[in-house]
Amino acid sequence: MQFGLNESQEFLRDSARKFFAGECPIAEVRRLMETDTAFDANLWAKLADQGYTGIIFPEEFGGVGLGMVELILLMEEAGRALLPGPFLSTVVLAGSVLDTMATREQGKKYLAPICRGKARATVALLEEEGTWDPRDVCLTAVNGKLQGEKLFVPDAAVADWIIVVARNGVFLVDSQDPGIRVEPMLGMDLTRKLYSVQFYDAPAEKLGEADGLSRALDIATTALAAEAVGGMQRTLDITVEYAKTRKQFGKPIGTFQAVQHQCADMYLETESARSAVYYAAWALQQRAPDATAAVSIAKLYASDASRTVGNRGIQVHGGMGFTWENDLHLYYRRAKASETALGDATCHRERLARLTIDAEVVSAQRA
Amino acid sequence: MDLNLTPEELAFRDEFRAWLQINVPKDWADWREKPLEESFPYLRAWQRKLHDGGWAAVSWPKEYGGRGATLMQQAIFWEEMARLEAPPMANALGLGLIGPTIIAYGTDAQKKKFIPKILSAEEIWCQGFSEPNAGSDLAALQTEARPGDGHYVVNGQKVWTSYGWVGDWCELVVRTDPAVPKHKGLTVLLVDMKSPGVEVRPLRQMTGESEFNEIFFRDVRVPAENILGKVNDGWNVAVSTLMHERGAYGARLILIFKRNINRLIELSRTIQRNGKPAAQDPVLRQKLAQCFAEVEIMRLNQLRAFSRITATGAPGPEGSIQKLFWSELNQRLQQLAQELLGPYGQLLASDGHAVDKGIWSYGYLRSRGNTIEAGTSEIQRNIIGHFVLGLPRSY
Repeated sequence: MQFGLNESQEFLRDSARKFFAGECPIAEVRRLMETDTAFDANLWAKLADQGYTGIIFPEEFGGVGLGMVELILLMEEAGRALLPGPFLSTVVLAGSVLDTMATREQGKKYLAPICRGKARATVALLEEEGTWDPRDVCLTAVNGKLQGEKLFVPDAAVADWIIVVARNGVFLVDSQDPGIRVEPMLGMDLTRKLYSVQFYDAPAEKLGEADGLSRALDIATTALAAEAVGGMQRTLDITVEYAKTRKQFGKPIGTFQAVQHQCADMYLETESARSAVYYAAWALQQRAPDATAAVSIAKLYASDASRTVGNRGIQVHGGMGFTWENDLHLYYRRAKASETALGDATCHRERLARLTIDAEVVSAQRA
Repeated sequence: MDLNLTPEELAFRDEFRAWLQINVPKDWADWREKPLEESFPYLRAWQRKLHDGGWAAVSWPKEYGGRGATLMQQAIFWEEMARLEAPPMANALGLGLIGPTIIAYGTDAQKKKFIPKILSAEEIWCQGFSEPNAGSDLAALQTEARPGDGHYVVNGQKVWTSYGWVGDWCELVVRTDPAVPKHKGLTVLLVDMKSPGVEVRPLRQMTGESEFNEIFFRDVRVPAENILGKVNDGWNVAVSTLMHERGAYGARLILIFKRNINRLIELSRTIQRNGKPAAQDPVLRQKLAQCFAEVEIMRLNQLRAFSRITATGAPGPEGSIQKLFWSELNQRLQQLAQELLGPYGQLLASDGHAVDKGIWSYGYLRSRGNTIEAGTSEIQRNIIGHFVLGLPRSY
C-alpha cells in the first residue's frame, strides 16, 4: 500500500505548477476574466503543446494515455493557478464523454482534434429545473434533430461542438449550425463563462445512451473536486503568508490563536479534501467497487470545504480580503461555481445515501 | 499510488488473521461490560497469549521482541484486532508509548530490565505527565526531583494518569532544574510505583467511571540509574512519547468508527420517523451520509499520513491532524446517534430499554473527553499552526 505519488507523477505536478506560474500568472487571469469568453488561443496552443489537452486519452487519438491520478494532479495545479477558459468543458467534460462513449470513428473525428488542441467542445446537461441527474432531462431528439434549450453550459461560445444530454441519448451538435443560438449567462465565476444554448431543429449525431454517461460524469466530478483542492491550497498559502506579515497590536496576526486556528482548520480541510480526491481518482482508475461512492465523498467534502476555506481565508485578511484587488475573491467565486457544478454537497450526500443506506449490505471494511 | 496491499502486507494480514481466529477469546463479550478492576487479569492473560505468539508489539524492532512491522502492517494489525472484536491488551501504554521511548532513549541495562516485562504484561506501565497546573502547558509542570546520593527525591502531584491504580512502573516527567527556562529543566524518571511515598487515588470522570488516577509523590526515592535519557533533556524524551500517542491512536479507531456508522445506518432502517423508517428521512439521510463520508476520509487521511511518515522516517505533526479529525468526528457521530435514537439515546446500560446495551449514552458522554485527552484540539491546532504552517508561536 502506497498512498503517495511516484516520481513521474511528482514530475508532472511540478512541471504543471511551473507551466501555469509562467504562462498563466494571476495578472493574466485578471486580463482574461474581463474578456467575453475568458479564452486565449495562444494559451490554448501552449496547453496542447504540453500534452494537457490529451492527458488521459488514448495515444491512438493523439492523447498521452495517462491515468486518473495524473489528471487530478494537473487539475489541482490548474485550480491553484485559477486557469481561465474551456479546459474543464473541453478536456474533462466533453473529452471524457467522447472517450467513454464514442465509436472509434467518432473518436478520430472529435476526440483527436481535442487532443491536438485544434478543437474545443462542451457538455450541455442542465435544463430549466437545474438538477444534475441525467434522468431529469426533458429535451428529446426527434428524427435526429434537437429542439429546446439547455442552461448553464460552460464555455459554449468557444466550443466547436456541443455534446447534448437528451432523454433518448447523448448527441453531438456542431456549434456553427444555424439551428443553434448561444447566449451568455452571467455567473459569479468570471474565469469560466456560462451560456444558454437554444436548439431550433439542430441536426445531432448520436454518441450513445444517456445511461452510459455515468463514468464520464464521475471522472469529471473528481477532476472538478481536484481543481477545488488546488484553489483551497492557494487560498491557504496566500492566507498563511498574510498572517505572517500583517501586523496588529505590534505582532504578526498569525501569532494570535484566533487567527492561527482558522489557518489550522483550513489546512485540515484542504488535506482531507485532497485525500478524498486522490482516493476517488485511484478508485476510478482501478474501477474499484466503491468508486462511485468515493467520487461522491470527494465532491461533497470538497464542495463544502472549498467554501469554508474561502470564508476563513477572507476573514483572516480582514478588510483587505473584501477588496477587488485582493485575489481571494476570484478563488471564492470559482469555489462557489464549482461547489454547485456537477452536484453540490447535498446532492452527493443523497447519492451516497442511496449507495450506502439503501444498499442491502454495507461493506464494513476493505483491508 | 497503489492502495492495494502488497504481497508482504497480504501475507502479514493472513498470518495474523489465521492466528487470531484460533486464539481470540470467545468470551470477551461477557467481560467487556465489567469494571476494569475485575477484567484486568483477563486482559493480562490475553496480552501474554499475544506475546507468546509474537504479536504483542508488532511495531517494535525484532531485536526487542517485535516484528519491525511497517506502519501499514501496524494498521492491518489493529484492523484485524478490531474486526474480530479482540480484547485490548492490558499494558496498552507500555506497548504503545513507553516501550518505544525506552527503546529510543534507554540504557542497555534499562532495556534489558524493562522491555521483556512490558511485552509479557508482567509489569504494567502508566504515564505521569499532566498536573493540576500543567495540562496543555505541560512544560510548566512542578513535580520536583532533587538529587541525593545516587538517587533523586520526588515530590509533587500528577493527574489524569491512566492505569495508575494498576501500574507497576511510571514514566514520570519531573523538574530537576527550576532555574532554567521551563523546557530545559525537565527530566524523565522511571519510577517504581511500589516505592514508599507513592499514593494513588481514583479520579471519577463524568461518565461515572474511573479510567484515570491522581498520583501523589511524597519524598519518593528514585535511583539515579532510573533516569531515562539525559538529566534536563526530559522534554525531548516526553515529546517522543507524545508523538507516539498522537500517531498510534487513530489507526485502531478507524474500524470502530466504521462499525459505529454502519450500525447507525442499520438502526435507521428500523427506527421510525414520521411514520417511515428514519433511513427515508431526508434530513437524517444527509447526516448519515456526511458522517459515513467523514469516517472514510479519516481512513484516507491516515493512509496518506502513513505513506508520508514512511517516506520521512518518524512520526511528526501528521498525528496532530489525525487526533484533531477523529476526536471532533467522534463527537459528531455520537450526536448523530443521539438524534437518531431520540429518547432512547439517553438510556444507560443498566436500563432494560437501552439500545445496544447503552453504548450510545456512554459513547456520547465519553466522546466529550476526546477533544481534551492526549492534547486538546486547541493544542493540536497550535501544533499545526506552528510546526506545519510555520506561523509564529502563539504562547
